[in-house]
This record gives sequence, structure tokens and C-alpha cells, in this order.
Amino acid sequence: MNFEFTEEQGMLRDSVARFVQDSYDFDTRRKIAASEEAMSRDNWQTFAELGWLSVPFAEEHGGFGGSPVDTMVVMEEFGKGLVLEPYLATVLLFGGLLQRGGTVEQQAELIPRIIEGGCLGAFAYLERQSRYELADIKTTASAQGDSIVLNGEKVVVFNGACADQLIVSARSRGEQSDREGISLFLVPADAAGIERVSYRLMDGQLVANIVFRDVQVPAANLVGELHAGYHLMSEVVNAATIALASEALGIMGQLNAKTLEYTKTRKQFGVAIGSFQALQHRMVDTFMAYEQTKSMLYRAVCELDGGGDDVAACVHALQVMVDRNGKKVFGEAIQLHGGMGITDELDIGHYAKRLMMINTCFGNGDYHQAQFNQLRYSA
Amino acid sequence: MDTSFAPEDLAFRDEVRAFFAEAYDADLQARLNNLETFKDAVIDWQKRLYKQGWVAPGWPKEYGGTGWNATQKFIFETERSAAGIRDVIPFGLNMVGPVIYGFGNEEQKQRFLPGILQSDDWWCQGYSEPGAGSDLAALKTRAVREGDEYVVTGAKIWTSYAQYADWIFCLVRTNSEGKKQDGISFLLIDMTSPGIKVNPIVSIDNHHSLNEVEFNEVRVPVANLIGEQDKGWTYAKALLAHERTAIAGVADSKRNLAETRDFAAREINGGKSLLSDPLFQKRLSDIEIELMALEFTELRVLASVAAGGAPGPESSLLKIKGTEMQQAVQELRMEVAAYYQGVLPSDLSSEQLGHDFGSQARQSYMYGRAATIYGGSNEVQKNIIAKAVLGL
Repeated sequence: MNFEFTEEQGMLRDSVARFVQDSYDFDTRRKIAASEEAMSRDNWQTFAELGWLSVPFAEEHGGFGGSPVDTMVVMEEFGKGLVLEPYLATVLLFGGLLQRGGTVEQQAELIPRIIEGGCLGAFAYLERQSRYELADIKTTASAQGDSIVLNGEKVVVFNGACADQLIVSARSRGEQSDREGISLFLVPADAAGIERVSYRLMDGQLVANIVFRDVQVPAANLVGELHAGYHLMSEVVNAATIALASEALGIMGQLNAKTLEYTKTRKQFGVAIGSFQALQHRMVDTFMAYEQTKSMLYRAVCELDGGGDDVAACVHALQVMVDRNGKKVFGEAIQLHGGMGITDELDIGHYAKRLMMINTCFGNGDYHQAQFNQLRYSA
Repeated sequence: MDTSFAPEDLAFRDEVRAFFAEAYDADLQARLNNLETFKDAVIDWQKRLYKQGWVAPGWPKEYGGTGWNATQKFIFETERSAAGIRDVIPFGLNMVGPVIYGFGNEEQKQRFLPGILQSDDWWCQGYSEPGAGSDLAALKTRAVREGDEYVVTGAKIWTSYAQYADWIFCLVRTNSEGKKQDGISFLLIDMTSPGIKVNPIVSIDNHHSLNEVEFNEVRVPVANLIGEQDKGWTYAKALLAHERTAIAGVADSKRNLAETRDFAAREINGGKSLLSDPLFQKRLSDIEIELMALEFTELRVLASVAAGGAPGPESSLLKIKGTEMQQAVQELRMEVAAYYQGVLPSDLSSEQLGHDFGSQARQSYMYGRAATIYGGSNEVQKNIIAKAVLGL
């Protein structure tokens, strides 16, 4: 049993940390968020050159062959800098689906392009009505000769505005919300019949609603097995949820550190406010919330890495913690920063908003707790 | 980062499991559950552990420990809890033992360690006083040197099982000058010494395990002083970190939660199992999720201890969260027991009562209130984290 990082993981962490430190200060980040694409393609090329885009991919495709621990290391450091570039959407979701379920041809064509920074991807899975249920899909896929025709709409597609390629979840048979009968398709973002409207979210990212009107793709664009896309999707989403929790942990650590620092320097009533026991105990609570979340993250990562049979329950438990403890941490950070805590000028609120959005990506705490209860207590 | 069990770990787990299944027999369990036979049964059980070589997993091998690594210690604890076996009485094995081998002289080690390992000596802890609880260093029991003896006068309180004890380890004041932490010494005192009086305290769970211990000019040989005079606070602090790690009781909480869940599954609430009630499920998983994380927090502490010595301030986190979780489980079990939660021990059978865990749930819940108070109240633990970890 050990909780040590390997030398390689240490180097990976240092390299991402150094980038965030040197090239992603808060003002730079603010400018990137305000730019047209809400991301920097120069940074994306840097990520490619530094090898970060290759981390989870198999070595046969030019990847680093990294484990969930490697992904955790990268995402935690990204969290500290509130990095906007679409690592989750392109590498972990789009790339993750290809790595796990893509055909040999799809992998050979697209994974090297992702790794070199030449392909931005997105996974279009949310719909207007779906909330957090991955299987609630109205978008249809019907066979027409050697083609598949897609009709429907996907919403809040992360990186949907900039993506070159999409993977879309669609209903190939069965009823809305059936887990069976879901298929995933690779769709070029410029295919005929696609309409995108993009908009910004409070955490700075640019997302899109994407309408599919008789969009035709070759049948060979199926990713994974026909009608059995749910399993593939949930495996990739489980891994991505753990990665997002790593990002959340990085954010929580920053919020705690910044708040602690502030209470040591901010003076009221003639003394540093950190000398007040009422505030000290609140910071101890957020310290414990951070440590507990870290422990749960380690548990989930080890379970995933070791191929254990409790991955799903660990993921649910982890997201419950990220939601509850994240809110506790950013709530206290804002409160303890006083009036400054509610300004846009300070980074505290921006960390808070990213944590809030993380909780909506693949289900909030309540959703995951209900899933956890179902799994554990309704046998 | 890797927490999977190697084949040799799994073999070790089977060995531990097999030992518990055989050694912790029904007769022993019955005697442990009877107040009349409790003391002898505890000694009997701890002697069985001693014969197996497993009574002191935390001790270094040279003093009679097991030499287990962090994984093996974790497995042993988990299996012990899963088998429903209570931890050893901590005062000798987990508390004074490490102080004696850590800070005592050769003669003290040879004189006291065998009696602790073999459970021939029952120890109790003389720390708190009527005027010194969380502010432990405010203690006033004084020891005055007269030739080769200290003369001890004062009172200790909340002393668990003093009524059974052969020995008490005490913090006493040997110097009133300077900082209050600086004039404290660590003394080992024979409970049969003239001038010692034990007064029982009945606790909120209607049991007698706590006591007040009075010292009226009790004469203690100087040979029973641990380390240097006036330096006892240092030794006591080292011990407190061990104590807090043990107090967390994560494995026990896990087992108690699983049992509570089983009780809920057979309770019928409005025609349905209580376990199927969504509100109950939420309360259950609030605790289960926190415990899943806490188990890994404990593993992280164990691993860092294995890598570099004694537990540090992070043991305070374990104490706070661990005791909060113990109480949460106890509270939930009371909810499951409904109106049977008030049942007191009696000669009635569970058949006659119509219930089989109400009295036990009540006792654990009521005495469990002590867990956030003893070993340094949780509020004091927060002060320790604020100072030692956060640098405030």
C-alpha cells in the first residue's frame, strides 16, 4: 500500500504546475475567457508539445499510456489555474470514447491528431429534458442504406463551439430513457444539417447547443457497439467524473490556501482576523473537507486503476463529496474574504463558479447520492 | 499510488480471520458481555492475542510488537472489527507501553513491558483532573520529592476502569515555576499504595466505568519516574497523538453502520422495510460516504507513519471526523430502535421484550457522547489543527 507518486508522475505534475504558474496568471486567464473562442490555441499547441494531450492514450497510437493517476495529476494542476482549454472535452471525453470504443480505423485516424493538437473534439450527450440521466435521449439515429441519419438536438455541449469532430449519443432503438438502444456516432462538426449556437457559461467556457437535421454520416462512424452505447458512455463518464473531481480538488486547495493567507494578513480590530477562533474553526472545517475529498478521490482512482468492482459506487460517493465539500469550501472562502469575496476582481468567485459548473457536468450531489443509494441499499 | 492487496496480504487476511474465528469463541463472548466476568474475560482474550504474538501490532518488534507493515495493520484492524471484536483495553498496550519503551530506562522497560504485553497488569490513565480537562496542562496534582520518593497529593478524574487497575500512569506537577507545561512529570503509581482512594462515577449510560482517583500523600519511588523530572508534557503529547489515531475507530464505525443497516432492513415501517425509505437511505449514505473517505484518510496516515515515524497533527483530523462518525452511527441506530431505544438492561429475554438491540443502542449512544470530549475535546483538536497545520 502506498500513496506515493512515481518519479514520472512527479515530473508531469511539475510541468503542468510550472505552466500554470508562469503562463496562466489570473489576468491572462481572464483575457482568454473573454476571447472569441474562450480558449487559446497557442496554449493548446503548448499542451501538445509538452505531451499532455497524449497522457491517457495507448502507446500504439503515440500516447503516453498513462493511468487514471496520471490524469488526476494533470487535472488537479489545471484546477489550480482554472485552465479553460478543452482538455476534458477533447482528450478525456471525445478521446476517451475513441480509446475505449473506437474502431481500429477511427483510432488510427483521430488519436494521433488529438495528440498533436490538430483535432478538437466534443461529446454531445445532454438534451433539454435529460438533466443528469445519460440514457434520456430523444435524438434519433436511423439507418438509411450505408448511412446513418441523425435528428434532434444536443445542449450545453462542452467545447461544442470550437470542436472539429463530435461524438453524439443517439437513440437507435427503444424508448426514451431505455439504457438499451443507445448508439454513439462520430460526426464532423461541419456536416450538412448541423446548426450550432454558442454561448458562455459563468465559469468562462464557451458551449453550444447543436441541432441535427437529417445529418448523414457513414455507418462506419459508429463508435462502439450498435445499441450498446450506454455501457461505453458510462465507463468514459465515470473516468471523466473522477478527472473532474481532481480538478475540483485543485480548486478547493487553492481556495483554502488563498483564504488562509488572507486571514493572516487582513487586519480588523487591530489584529489579523486569522487570530479569531470563530474563523480558525471554520478554516479547520474546510481543511478537513479538502482532506476527506482527497481521500475519496484517491479511493476512486485506486479502484478505477486496479479494475475493482466498486468503481460506480466510488464515483457516486466522490461526486457527493465534491458537491457538498466544494460548496462548503467556496462558501467559506467568500465569507472569510468579506466584501472583497463578492467582487469579480478577486479570483475567489471565479474558483467558486468553476466548482459549481463541475457539479453539473455529470450529475450533482443529490443525483449521485440517489444512484449510490440505489446501488447499495436496493438490492 | 496503489492500495490493492498482494497475494501475501490476502493470505495474511485469511490467517487473521481464521484465528479470530477460533479464538474469539462463544463462551468468551458471553463472559465479555457479563459485567461480573468482564475483567477476567478481557484478560483472557488479551492473553490469547499475546500467545498468538498479535497483542501489540503498534509496538516495535524488539519490544514484542509484530513488525507488521501498514497494510497488515490495516487488515488486522478491519478483520477485528468485522468479527465484532472490541479493541484491547488501550491504557497499557496503546498508551503507557509506547511511553515506556519510547522514554523509559532499561530497568523500567524490563519491569513493566512484560506485564503489559501479557495483561498481567491492568493500567489506567491519570490525566484529567476536576480543574483540568481540555486544558490538561493546568493540572494541579503535585508530587514533592522527599529522598528517594515522590509524595503525591491531588485528584484525577474520568479514570476509566480505575476500579480494576493495578497501576496508574499519572501526569503530576513537580514544578510551579515558568510555563505550566514545563513543570509536569510522568509517574507510574502502584494502585495498592496507601493513600489512594477510588470513587465510582456512574455515567449517562447508567454504567460504572469512570472514576475519580484521590491521592493523599501517596509515596512513589523515584525509580517510577519516566524520563526526566519536569519533562512529562513531551512524553504525554507523544502519547496523545497515538491515542487520537486509535480513538477514530473507523473500522468499528464501518461495522456498526453495516449492522445498523441490517437492523433497518428488518424493521417494517408503514408496511415497507425501513431500509427502503429514501430519507433513511440518505441518512445512511451520508455516513457511509464519509466513512469510505475516512477509511482512506486513515490509510494515508498509516502509510505516512510507516514511512516516517509518529502520527502528527493529522491524527487530530482523524479524531474529529472519526468520533463524529461514531456518534452519527449511534444516533441512526437509535432511530432504528424507535421506542425501544429507552430499554434498560434487565433479566427479560428479547423474546419477552419484543426487541433485541434497544438497550445496547441506548448504551452506545449515551456513552458515545464522551468520544467528542475525551482525548482532547474536538474543539481543542480544531485549535491544534489551526495552530500546527494551518499556522494560525
